[in-house]
Amino acid sequence: MSEYAIEMRNQLVGLFGIVERNVYLTKRYFLWDLAFMVWTIANTLTIVFIARSAGLHGAAENTLATRLLVGATIWAFLGIIFEFMTETVAWERWEGTIEYTFMAPLSRLVHLFGQGAFAVLYGLIRATILFFAVAAFVGIHAPQANYGAAFALLALGSLSFIGVGIMTSVLPLISPEKGAQLGFVAQGVMLAVSGVYYRVNVMPEWMQWIAKISPATYVLRGDRNSIIHGAGLAWADVWPLLIIAVLATPIGLAVFRVGERHAKKHGKLKRSG
Amino acid sequence: MSSVATPTTDLTTRLDRSAPAVEVRDLRKTFLRRDRNAGRFARKRPWPALDDITFTIDRGECVAILGQNGSGKSTLVRLLSTLLIGNGGEARIFGHDLDREASTIRRLVNRVSVEASFFKKMSAAENLSYAARFYGMTPRQTRTAVPEILASVGFPPERRGESMEHLSRGMQQKVALARALLTSPVLLLLDEPTTGLDPRSKLEVQEFIRAVRAEHDATILLCTHDMAEAETLADRVGILDRGRLLFLEPVEDVKRRFGVPTLEQAFFAATGREFENEGQDEDDEYREVFA
Repeated sequence: MSEYAIEMRNQLVGLFGIVERNVYLTKRYFLWDLAFMVWTIANTLTIVFIARSAGLHGAAENTLATRLLVGATIWAFLGIIFEFMTETVAWERWEGTIEYTFMAPLSRLVHLFGQGAFAVLYGLIRATILFFAVAAFVGIHAPQANYGAAFALLALGSLSFIGVGIMTSVLPLISPEKGAQLGFVAQGVMLAVSGVYYRVNVMPEWMQWIAKISPATYVLRGDRNSIIHGAGLAWADVWPLLIIAVLATPIGLAVFRVGERHAKKHGKLKRSG
Repeated sequence: MSSVATPTTDLTTRLDRSAPAVEVRDLRKTFLRRDRNAGRFARKRPWPALDDITFTIDRGECVAILGQNGSGKSTLVRLLSTLLIGNGGEARIFGHDLDREASTIRRLVNRVSVEASFFKKMSAAENLSYAARFYGMTPRQTRTAVPEILASVGFPPERRGESMEHLSRGMQQKVALARALLTSPVLLLLDEPTTGLDPRSKLEVQEFIRAVRAEHDATILLCTHDMAEAETLADRVGILDRGRLLFLEPVEDVKRRFGVPTLEQAFFAATGREFENEGQDEDDEYREVFA
């Protein structure tokens, strides 16, 4: 095998290692995850029940409830991705393993992409459970839903989310104490401008411009159309996601590299607690 | 001691056999530090953690660096591990430049630090497998290599699946040694590997270090507080004092240089301070720097 082929193989094994480690940890923290799932369901119910109090009836009420449910599900899904990505650094620093990970011959792209890949898989499972649990509880009917298209668009959007997540994962490198929380600020801002529970056109015009570069805008719009109206994958949603995905990962990686270099210059990789 | 896992990458292609294992010239690392007494808003000032360090370690050699807490030992290990970026000078590992060829160096080097850092909820076997993946070891390889390496450090086989949080400090340090050796490094950086261990665990770890040297083609840089440990394990001993390497030579030469019978007395003669009269912990220095 050529040296290049060996290196590629080693990087793939390393990527598998990241996913494998997250599987181990998810098994160990399963009951905590279950408790977190209950919280997420309760939180989503508080949003979806708004549809019941809106004074609507029949199909209109069902449509509003579905609209809110899709928003809350995407919020929860993004929350998992940003949580995992910011924990790439924060958790390892807390455990004290970060220096061992950063001195290993694993490319940073593979390292971060492995973390993102697990986050997407885990997030998709959680989002599916959340959606159907709340839909059953509230009694939402989606007879026309095209779940395949909704799922595919979410998966496509995930490539962009990973890229943005990589950018936020650098924050704990810059601020060991508060960096992880700032990742959630990014999540909140992204969803606020993307029409998480409302149409984008109700926002001020400057926010609508920002919405155009947010991948969540297209995922929310496309998934709502698929679930409420049974629409298939729309090119108008797919192409912006493809472009953002192609741009977000290299930009995220470049941002992370700057942060890593800063941390290595100032000794911030070291555990802080 | 049973054999350590075979490396998945041909390390020989990455080794310049004519080059020393470690070659450090005028290496400098400065941190910004706020004076404790100058108030919260005082400007941070440069604080030299390593001040123009120069030394060479030959292939297969074991070199010990002695120094008080805060003397710069851990900073040196972190620089050689590619975890810090220096402010000046240069360092080469088996001929590879530390700044420009960091990814190559990472395949050649591993490290054991004073803190046996692991995912506490994961078992010893899971932690080792995780670390091994980064070096290209597949599940099939670790299935045999992990039990072998754990057995070689005297880790009880029945506790392989137990969470790290349930293991004693000594046990955790053995797993840390196993983690470093699992990837067959040609340069092993040991940063106070026996600090905090009970006497028996300390002896076991020291015995293992001797065995690694005897059976593997490993070069060892040992940073320690323990004079006896340095004397018995190392070919040459150096003293790092406030970021400056005072000398690096065989123990007998050190004693002869200062005309004293013990290494401890040599330390006193070289630095003007008792070894026990240690300064601030190096980790505390870091926290101050990053506060």
